[in-house]
Amino acid sequence: MADQTLDARGLNCPLPVLRAKQALLGMTPGDTLEVLATDPGSVADFAAFCRVTGHALLESACTDGDYRYRIQKSVTR
Amino acid sequence: MAGTMHEESESIATRRMSLIVTKGTLDWAYPPFILATTAAAMDFEVNMFFTFYGLPLLLKNLDLKLSPLGNPAMKMPMAGVHMGMPNMASMIPGVDAAASKMMQNLMNKKGVASIQELRDIALEGGVKMIACQMTMDLFEYKLEDMVSGPTIGGAATYIEAASNSDINLFI
Repeated sequence: MADQTLDARGLNCPLPVLRAKQALLGMTPGDTLEVLATDPGSVADFAAFCRVTGHALLESACTDGDYRYRIQKSVTR
Repeated sequence: MAGTMHEESESIATRRMSLIVTKGTLDWAYPPFILATTAAAMDFEVNMFFTFYGLPLLLKNLDLKLSPLGNPAMKMPMAGVHMGMPNMASMIPGVDAAASKMMQNLMNKKGVASIQELRDIALEGGVKMIACQMTMDLFEYKLEDMVSGPTIGGAATYIEAASNSDINLFI
């Protein structure tokens, strides 16, 4: 289960990533953020975001055009 | 003391990006603000240098417009097809304003952020904005007409920022 959920459905690039960053800022390191999105570009973007920032992308899933991500906040950032 | 600070900055290895922003139309305002906010979200230190027609993007009151004139690639989706506009149409008063309004409505409908919103996020995210002094002087803009945050600088200020950056873009 995620510690916090962000509904970014209906938002286009770069808003899902920007909103996720804002949410992560207020979270405790090690906690997980669930992000819901409809932007197909968010699949590649959240993978890149996590590779660069060091947050762990625990899950990246798609069901009927709805994307779901689980990101664990890095303990070093 | 200085040695300690150096070691700390080495271990965090801050990445940096710089952008030169030269265009201030509704469409061209997007690439620099999208990239600057995203880079800042990815822990980059970002410097935006606003010069020439990019400078009005720092004004408190944004009134962004675009023109389909000389832009055959600008085709708007309408009733399932993509419609361009002949250059001649842009000469008619009100046509560019209507095209700008149409683009704005389309962006709102598609969940695209406004430039104001991206600019706010950039400023909140610590993006450094530099207003070109020469352009301010040339077009008679005053710092008090602009959002709070930007500092004044010139080419040397940009070159220093660019020389320390991993990514440098001219838009």
